[in-house]
Amino acid sequence: MLLLSPILAGGGPLALAESLTMVSWGGSYARACEKAFYEPFTEETGIEVREEDYNGGLAQIRAQVETGNVHWDVVDMNMADAVRGCDEGLLEPIVPGDLAPGADGTPAGEDFFPGSLTECGVGTLFYSTIYAYNLEKFAEVKPSTIGDFFDLEKFPGRRGMRRTPQVNLEFALMADGVPLDQVYAILDTQEGLDRAFRKLDSIKDRIVWWEAGAQPPQMLADGEVAMTTAYNGRIFNAQVLENQPFAIVWDGQLLDMGQLVIVAGSPNLQAARQFLSFASTVRSMVAVGRYISYSPARQSGTALISTHLETGVDMKPHMPTAPENVAGGLQYDWEWWSDHIDEMNLRFIAWLLR
Amino acid sequence: MRPALLVLPLAAFILVTFVAPLAVMLGRSLYDPLVADALPETLRLLRQWDGERTPSEPVFETMAGELLKARRERTLGRIATRVNRVQAGLRSALLKSVRKLRSAPRPDSWREAMIAVDPKWAEARTWHAIRRAGERFTLRHYLHALDLDQAPGGGIVRQPPDLRIYLPLLQRTLAVSLGITLLCLLLGYPIAYLIANAPPRRANLLLLLVLVPFWTSLLVRTTSWIVLLQTQGVINDLLAAVGLIAEDQRISMIYNMTGTVVAMTHVLLPFMVLPLYSVMRTIPPLYMSAAASLGASFLQAFRRVYWPQTLPGVAAGSLLVFILAIGYFITPALVGGQSGQLISNMVAYHMQQSLNWGLAAALGGVLLGGVFLLYLVFNRLVGVDRMRLG
Repeated sequence: MLLLSPILAGGGPLALAESLTMVSWGGSYARACEKAFYEPFTEETGIEVREEDYNGGLAQIRAQVETGNVHWDVVDMNMADAVRGCDEGLLEPIVPGDLAPGADGTPAGEDFFPGSLTECGVGTLFYSTIYAYNLEKFAEVKPSTIGDFFDLEKFPGRRGMRRTPQVNLEFALMADGVPLDQVYAILDTQEGLDRAFRKLDSIKDRIVWWEAGAQPPQMLADGEVAMTTAYNGRIFNAQVLENQPFAIVWDGQLLDMGQLVIVAGSPNLQAARQFLSFASTVRSMVAVGRYISYSPARQSGTALISTHLETGVDMKPHMPTAPENVAGGLQYDWEWWSDHIDEMNLRFIAWLLR
Repeated sequence: MRPALLVLPLAAFILVTFVAPLAVMLGRSLYDPLVADALPETLRLLRQWDGERTPSEPVFETMAGELLKARRERTLGRIATRVNRVQAGLRSALLKSVRKLRSAPRPDSWREAMIAVDPKWAEARTWHAIRRAGERFTLRHYLHALDLDQAPGGGIVRQPPDLRIYLPLLQRTLAVSLGITLLCLLLGYPIAYLIANAPPRRANLLLLLVLVPFWTSLLVRTTSWIVLLQTQGVINDLLAAVGLIAEDQRISMIYNMTGTVVAMTHVLLPFMVLPLYSVMRTIPPLYMSAAASLGASFLQAFRRVYWPQTLPGVAAGSLLVFILAIGYFITPALVGGQSGQLISNMVAYHMQQSLNWGLAAALGGVLLGGVFLLYLVFNRLVGVDRMRLG
C-alpha cells in the first residue's frame, strides 16, 4: 500500500484511462446510441463510456446529489425532468460555447429547434409515445384512432401502459373527445382531471403496466397484451429487425424531446462536457436515426435523415416528425408536467391502489 | 459482572446496527429543519402576520431574496419539495416564480410581481402552508400517514377521498397478513402432525422437504412462482393444453393479489411448520389412544386432548408468520402487480422514489405501533409466556 500510494495519488502516466458514466433508457435505443456516438466518441477521444440503464425520473439523481455520492455523469432524460432537475439544482448548466454549429454552418443557437436548448439540457432527438397493436390479433377491423385504444368492445384484449400519469392522462382526454389544443387546459382543472381518470377507469382492469421501454414490444410479441403504448422507435426496431407483425397508430401520438444533461457534481465533468458537445453534433443525431426512428433536434439535420443502416428501409415516413405522423398528434407540454408531476404522481398512485 | 461482559459485544452490535438507525429514522418523522434554516427571515416576519389577508410587501421582498439565494445555493428544489408536501401545487408556484424573477429586472413591487406569476401568492392558505413547512418539529408526517391533514387555520381534517392511500392500504395489509397466517396454519398443521408422528426415517425426510425451501433463496422461490403462474406460464399452459380454459382466456394468477398471497404463503410456511412440529413432537401419541379407549371419537379426542396441547406452537407460529407478513416487502414488490401491493411497498416508494423520508419513517412508526398494540392484545388473549418457538 505504501509503495502504491504515490503512484495512485500522482496519476500521471500510470493513471487509469479516463471514463464517464452515461445513463440511458436501455434496450434498442441504448444500442442505437452506442453505435451512433458512444463508440465513435471513445475512438476519437480515448474516453471510455460506461453504460447504465434507468427508466426516467429524477429520484435516483436526487438521491445521489443529496447524499453527495454522485456516480452518474451524463443522463438522457425527457424535457420535463430536465427542466425540473435544473430548477432543483440537480443538473449542471450547459456552457453554450460547447455546442458545435449546424451542418450548414448555422450557429448552434439558431440551428436547434426552438425550445430544445434549456438551461441545463441539450435536445438531441424527437421521439414519441404512440400505441401499437399486433396485426395478427386485429386482422380484419384495425384500430386507427386514439379512441380505439379505450374501446374494449370493438377491440377486446389487454392493454399495456407505462406506469406513470404522464402521457396516459393526455391519451385518456384525447380519447374522450377533447380537441388537441385544449388537452392541457382541461387537464389543468379538477373536473378535467376527474374526467381523465374516469376514462382510464373504463379500461383499468385490462391494463398491464410497463416501466422499461424495452417491455412493450416484448409484451406484444408474447401475446401478453393486444395493444400497448410504447416509444415509437422500439416498435419500429421490432418491425424491421425481428419482423414482428406490429402496427403503429400515429393518431394521438405524444411528441417529446430527449435531452442530454450533466448531473451536478459529476465526477468527470470535463469528459462529460466533451461528450455532450460530441453527442449534440448534427452528425451524431443523424447517426442515431440510422438505427432507430428518432429524428434530430437540429434543423440542419432534418434534410440528412436517410435509411436504416441494417435493412435499407427509408427512415423518413417512420419518424415521429414526418408531416403525416404529426397531423393527429400532440406536443407534450413539459412545462405543465414539470410543475404538476408531484401531485399527479400522488393522485395516480392513489388511483392505482383503489 | 461476568454475565454483563458476556453480552456486551452483542449489546454493542445491536445498539449500533439496530437501535441507533431506528432512532435516527423515527427522529426524521418528527424533525425537519430544512425550510426553517433556508427561510429564517421570512418565517420571522410571518409570525406577525394576521393569518387572513395577503402579507405585505416586506414579507414578499424578504422571501424573494431568500428564495433567490436558495436557488444560487441549489437548495431551492428541496425547499419546494418540502412546501409542496404541505400543500400540493406550491412547488410549481415556487419554482415558476423564481424562474421568472431570476430572468426579469428587479421589480418595483415583489408582491405584485409574484402574484402576477402565480395568483396562489395572494391566497392566505399558501402562507399558512409556508409557515407550517417552516416548523422544525412537526406531527405532519404522522397525520399524512393516517390520511389526515392539518387545516390551514388549525384543526385536523381527513384528506380528500382521491388522496386517501395509507389507511386503506394498512387495512389491506392487516387483512392479507391475517389471511396468510390462517392459510399457513391450515396447510402447516397437518404436515407438522405428520412429521411429528412418522417413524424417524420418514420424519427426517419430510422435515428435509420443509427445510430445503426454507434454506433456498427468497428470490429464487419468488421468481419460480412467476414461472409457474404467469399468463404464458406452466400452469396456464397445462390448463390450456388439456382444454380446461380457452387459449385467449388464460387466468391472471400473478401480478395481483392472488400472486402475493400464494407466494407469501409458500415463503412463510416453514415459520409455521417448525414451531408446530417442535411442540407436537413432545405430545405422546398415547394420549390420543387413551382418549379413544375412554370412548371419545377422533374429533372429540382431537378437540379436547390434542389441540389444546398444541396451542403454544399455534400461537408461536401464528405470531411469527403474522409479524413477518405485515412488513413483507420483496415478494409483493415482485409478484403483487398493482392490486397486490402492501404498506411496506409504499414505505419503499417514499424511501426510493419520492424521497419523502419523513413520511416513510412515519409509516414505519405507525406499523411498529400497530404491531406492538397487536402483541399486547395477543399477550392478553393467549399469553406470551405460554408460547413455544422451538
